[in-house]
Amino acid sequence: MDFSLLFSHFPELTITGLAYGAIYALIALGYTLVYGVLRLINFAHSEVFMYGAFAAVWVLMALGGGKASGLGIAGYLLIAFLSAMTVSALIALLLERVAYRPLRKRNSPPLIALISAIGASFALSEAMGLRDKPFKWFGQENAFQDYVGRPREASPFPLKIDVVRLFSIGNYQVSNIDLIVLGAAIVMMIVLDQFVNRSRLGRGIRAVAQDPEAAALMGVNRDRVIRLTFVLGGAMAGAAAVMYLLKVGQVRYNSGFLLGVKAFTAAVLGGIGNLRGALLGGFILGVAENYGQAVFGGEWRDVVAFTLLVVILLFRPTGLLGESLGKARA
Amino acid sequence: MLLEVEDLSVNYGRIEAIRGVSFTVDEGEVVTLIGANGAGKTTTMKTVSGLRPVRTGTIRFEGQDITTMPAHERPVLGIAQSPEGRGCFVGMTVIENLDMGAYARKDRKSPAVKEDLERVFGLFPRLAERRTQVAGTMSGGEQQMLAIGRALMASPKLLLLDEPSMGLAPKLIQQIFDIITEINKQGTTVLLVEQNAAQALKRANRAYILETGEIIREGTGEELANDPAVKAAYLGGDV
Repeated sequence: MDFSLLFSHFPELTITGLAYGAIYALIALGYTLVYGVLRLINFAHSEVFMYGAFAAVWVLMALGGGKASGLGIAGYLLIAFLSAMTVSALIALLLERVAYRPLRKRNSPPLIALISAIGASFALSEAMGLRDKPFKWFGQENAFQDYVGRPREASPFPLKIDVVRLFSIGNYQVSNIDLIVLGAAIVMMIVLDQFVNRSRLGRGIRAVAQDPEAAALMGVNRDRVIRLTFVLGGAMAGAAAVMYLLKVGQVRYNSGFLLGVKAFTAAVLGGIGNLRGALLGGFILGVAENYGQAVFGGEWRDVVAFTLLVVILLFRPTGLLGESLGKARA
Repeated sequence: MLLEVEDLSVNYGRIEAIRGVSFTVDEGEVVTLIGANGAGKTTTMKTVSGLRPVRTGTIRFEGQDITTMPAHERPVLGIAQSPEGRGCFVGMTVIENLDMGAYARKDRKSPAVKEDLERVFGLFPRLAERRTQVAGTMSGGEQQMLAIGRALMASPKLLLLDEPSMGLAPKLIQQIFDIITEINKQGTTVLLVEQNAAQALKRANRAYILETGEIIREGTGEELANDPAVKAAYLGGDV
């Protein structure tokens, strides 16, 4: 244990922790939204994130985003966000249609839906990891090599943004990437929060989460609300995917797994079913991981995250902002 | 006829909850279904509003067959329900709950909604005082008022009230029934399910008695209130 690193690098650890936390938080929103209306942990949500990241990588490759400079970078970044969010939302919608709705219509017990979720997660992840195979079956080994070749290895994000140090907080120079990630995350969170709390459809989501039968009596179409939560959660995961690419620079067919588990942890930490809880949980987890890493060493990063979860749940079984489920504000 | 229920049977799994239930509600009436716990009153109500699937029988509203129509489409026709146990959205404020009542209205952006809100606040001044309070923090009586007010926000042709007096203090029960009479006077047809048979019969034009899933008696409220057998079974011999 060495606390000197924690104290000497405190501003840096906090800001980079918040940036990672923002990514966890955006993914956590998807878990918590779907849990709110379906009481289901959508374990395949990690794959929704991963597909969004690949969508951003491929669209920018196709458009030649690697050569961008100056203002062009901003344009390509916007395209990356739009394509990742769209594809993630569509994958989430497909997942609901194929893996969950048929079970729901047959009134399956929750455990069955959970198994379906885990199965869908593996299927989606492996489909990405074996994406060269269909081309081989049809004798097209050389087609789209840049996109589907070496499917088990990481695909780099084509957009290269030079790190610019803008200003300093303490002894840490805040970079443009930190600001883009944090800024975009905060914009997304505000938009979603306002949508759920102010708009008519958002109120429909909250109504279904709080009392599905009463919501039906008000004329809320539950199936439509469920689809909407998958789309919203998917879009947030897509945005998180681009931020991840900005921070990490590459994505792999199995990149979703650990990130998904962390985001799920963040959702539970904050109180699952509660949107603001998911945000709080994400930020706390990101920062705590960084502090823990500084004190115990990098290989302890994940241990710190999950130990934190266990300790908090010991004292607050419903999470930081979670109330008893019946009263949870979705 | 506003509502015609014919030969309705509903199951919970293999258990028959109601069997061959038929009744009608005419425009402008207050009709009540009374019966003991487990007689099938709430099942009947939930089936009329579409929350329970029908095994056999038909439900017609203004002549239209709605037996298999999904629950969330029925408020558009003019059916609103204040469910058993109130079913308030506990995480929402009073005003948000009332807004939810108007969720399905086609004219939700028109001034008519504002007028209905004023009407609800007129009937329940308590709700006007508490408009920004979160529903989950209110008393049972206030939540009951909210549930009825929320149903009225749909501007329904038929208002379904499931056990509005449940768990309330006697003074409040009297008040709630007075308001139900007032709502009916303002032109809304009411179908009322109650365990408090004395009050329900006093307020109703017509009444049906449910026992173990079947309708065993029907008549005007007054007839049933003065019937010796009904008195003995449901009114404790004292009206």
